[in-house]
Amino acid sequence: MRALVDTTFWLPLAVVASSMLPGIFIFALREEQWRVRTLLNLAGAFLKLAFIAVMLFGVYVGVEYETRIPLVPGFDLVLAGSALSMFFVALSGVLWLITTIYAIGYLDIEGSWHRSRFFGFFSICVSATTGIALAGNFFTFIIFYELLTLATYPLVVHDGTPEAMRAGKIYLAYTLTGGALLMVAVVWLHGAVGPFDFQEGGVLSAFDEEHRHRFVPIFALIFVGLGVKAAIVPLHSWLPASMVAPAPVSALLHAVAVVKAGAYGIVRVMYDVFGIHYIAELGIGRWVAVAASVTIIYASLKALAQDSLKRRLAFSTVSQVSYILLGVAMIGPVAAVGGIVHLVHQGLMKITLFFCAGNIAETLGLRRISQLGGVGARMPWTMAAFTVASLAMIGVPPLAGFVSKWYLGMGAVQVGYYWVIAVLMASSALNAAYFLPIVYRAYYGAPERPWPRDERAGVLETRASLLGPTLATAGLVIVVGVMAASPYSPVAWVEIVIARIYPPA
Amino acid sequence: MIEFPWASAAIVIPLAGALLCGVMSARLAAVVASVSSALTAMAVAVLCWRVWNVGAFVESLGGWGAPLGIDLYADGVALLMVAMTTVVGVFITVFSLGYFRDAPDSERENSHSRGLYWSLWLVVWAAMHGIFLSSDLFNIYVCMEVVGIGSVALVAMAGSMALRAAMRYLLITLCGSLLYLLGVALIYGGWGMLDMQALGPVVEATLASEVALAAMALGLALKTALVPLHFWLPAAHANAPAPVSALLSALVVKASFYVLLRLWIDVFPAIDKAAAMMVLGVLGTVAIVWGSVQALRQNRLKMLVAYSTVAQLGYLFVAFAPASTVAGAGVAWHGVIYFAVAHGCAKGAMFLAAGAIAAALGDDDFSSMRGRGRHLAVPLVAFALAGIGLMGLPPSGGYTAKWLLLTAAARADQPVVAFVVTAGGLLAALYVFKVLYYAFARPVSGSGSDAGETGEVQAIPTTMMVAPLMLAIVAVLLGVWSAPPLHLLDIGLPFGEALGPGLKP
Repeated sequence: MRALVDTTFWLPLAVVASSMLPGIFIFALREEQWRVRTLLNLAGAFLKLAFIAVMLFGVYVGVEYETRIPLVPGFDLVLAGSALSMFFVALSGVLWLITTIYAIGYLDIEGSWHRSRFFGFFSICVSATTGIALAGNFFTFIIFYELLTLATYPLVVHDGTPEAMRAGKIYLAYTLTGGALLMVAVVWLHGAVGPFDFQEGGVLSAFDEEHRHRFVPIFALIFVGLGVKAAIVPLHSWLPASMVAPAPVSALLHAVAVVKAGAYGIVRVMYDVFGIHYIAELGIGRWVAVAASVTIIYASLKALAQDSLKRRLAFSTVSQVSYILLGVAMIGPVAAVGGIVHLVHQGLMKITLFFCAGNIAETLGLRRISQLGGVGARMPWTMAAFTVASLAMIGVPPLAGFVSKWYLGMGAVQVGYYWVIAVLMASSALNAAYFLPIVYRAYYGAPERPWPRDERAGVLETRASLLGPTLATAGLVIVVGVMAASPYSPVAWVEIVIARIYPPA
Repeated sequence: MIEFPWASAAIVIPLAGALLCGVMSARLAAVVASVSSALTAMAVAVLCWRVWNVGAFVESLGGWGAPLGIDLYADGVALLMVAMTTVVGVFITVFSLGYFRDAPDSERENSHSRGLYWSLWLVVWAAMHGIFLSSDLFNIYVCMEVVGIGSVALVAMAGSMALRAAMRYLLITLCGSLLYLLGVALIYGGWGMLDMQALGPVVEATLASEVALAAMALGLALKTALVPLHFWLPAAHANAPAPVSALLSALVVKASFYVLLRLWIDVFPAIDKAAAMMVLGVLGTVAIVWGSVQALRQNRLKMLVAYSTVAQLGYLFVAFAPASTVAGAGVAWHGVIYFAVAHGCAKGAMFLAAGAIAAALGDDDFSSMRGRGRHLAVPLVAFALAGIGLMGLPPSGGYTAKWLLLTAAARADQPVVAFVVTAGGLLAALYVFKVLYYAFARPVSGSGSDAGETGEVQAIPTTMMVAPLMLAIVAVLLGVWSAPPLHLLDIGLPFGEALGPGLKP
């Protein structure tokens, strides 16, 4: 028997459960019990962060965490902490706390409509995301991946309007089909090579002789299955449609958790299932890079054409998430750092932008870019945050997005993918083309008074619970960029991850 | 304690309860039924404990063993079916306590018929245990007749609406039993015995045995409502009183399928059935598609759930295709049994939830659900959890079962089966979310003032809320706690070597 408190066993489970259990309790609360609900939410978020911090440190010093519970013979539920998975877990833990505060403020303004239901599913979504991050094998990964699909649906259709219900249908049609393809591919793979756990360096190269002909179609199926959530063109249409969801959902789930779950899954498959060197041998990397590049350019072009602020941000997400795949698919250490660190950098930038969009919509009732004239004067702090995040997206130094793009560009040179540099430049130009007009209009455009509504909160431009999280994430966008060279930055952690995959010669 | 005949007890206790209920007033009958349900559950728990620890065993009724007396045979698969019956049965009893207590509907007002309900329900329960635990072909016939006639009487209790369905059900179940009896007669004529365990090694592939198998399989497929022999099922299952619908869809159809499975593997191993298994696989495929499409076209909740049963029963037969190969057989049979158990719990919960919804609304038309979702939160949650199982998404027993079926398809190299199993899950998602739509959609604006549209719903007894929810949670837990049931399944190598090494990779 293991010791009663074996932290290497319990900690990964605790990280997942710390948001799952409060979520389940929240379902049982009545609408007006907002104090208990807030307490449960924040307690869960802080507890999760504490667990993550301990585990992060443990992984750093070399402790091996693993929760293993047998489910089906040969297939266990495995939650394990690797350097890569901790990176994603830390991102979702930090952003969950910030978004929870934001969501409490947001839903209070919006009025009472199934708030317990909302926060319950919100917590389950975050648990599912951490489960995806920590999953130690495909069986576990799929369990949390599908849980995320199901738990996100009620958030997408939260408003219950016909438009929301339609978006929910589109969302389910895409994600359930993707999940089904993933499951077929995974069972096919296991049918061929038997059960295995994710392993740094990959597992499949050992089966090369016998099963090589199967691996390429299996990868293609997995790529399509995960590509739905990663919003790879042409599998992306659910994401812009889902923008009818409340702002915190768009911010955390559609900018961070759900799309990243897809991208992270693909990265995990390339690194820990196939192994990046075997991916190179099979010649898959180039195709992933092409798919990512097409997505980057196409979605940016689509973003230009949107007048709805959230839809423009959604297309921007589609485009930016593929940076992650592009970096990994180039199969070189420097590019990989740029790709994986973008997991965090893009999350911080995009969540800031969505918070800003939510602030503007909830405070002034504005949802279209053409209406934004004069917002800069009315909401200076929000627009300052928006401007910082926009500039970071474009890649202005020393902000977060610049760091990602710098590594991606250097990586492309290192492996001789010069066409990627053209893609990055085109993308930056397009980013500027669809973000700067928003900023320009907000500061220099003529205001369309009166605003559809005008909520003031004392001296602040909007509620503190909305403004605080926005400024916090905007601050992080600056900090992770400026501090990129410090040993505590995301970049430094990713270099640890990458050093294990590409051992320094 | 070991000497106590627990297998007999599992049959005798509900039977005794039934006899007592027959002579009691309605109020006392409910008490007696509750007590005997609890005692049955205890006996089954001890039985499981014993098989788990000691292994499969034969118990001779009254001390007279085969071939003269009647043997009860308790192995893993029989026990798992008995355990499922008991779990679902306990919740059916709990639900019925509330269902038959108040609300002056035609089907519930007559106090005489209430006492009759308890008698019939307990008799059917006892007879189902008899089917699962018998190893004697004629004994099984008797039990099947009891189940059939009892079920018909229970359906007819719903009143005039259900009479036509009940009559058709009566004819079908009698035809099925007669075909089965024909087979039994042929076997007895040929080999002079009826014990399944004894028959297996001696029955050869002769004309008599082939005709016997064909007749029995046809009769049992009729009772299991395999497309195109399903025509009687939707009306009977949908028009019955709510707890009876759950009983029929969750348990009764599984009993006839179980007998078919036992015959197929235990009694007729000598006959080459590969071609027939492919035919069954094709019919199962048709059932999945046809049942799902019909489910989508229904305007009544209970009809939708009934057609979903037609579709889900298809999976049981689809599995015959991979089971016809050496590589796939073991996993396929595991998958089938687990599917039957998972579906039993999920469908039981779903029909109970549908019954609770119908009782609260006064009818089960979709149009009357519109806009009243928030008053039906508990039954809709139960419906949703059960729906996860039917869709085969994690975490649920349906997921584990589907994982096994897909693995079987992969091992048997039958991609078509993998496609069918996956597509069937997506079809199930269509009709499950058709119902859940009403849980999330806002009331149609304009009808808001109309009290009949958005007004309160009738209060329903707590037992009718709790039973479906708890059963749905069991269906979910079967996905996170699947190792013990799968271990139990292997005890006694129920299907000989075919099941033995099956799950081991």
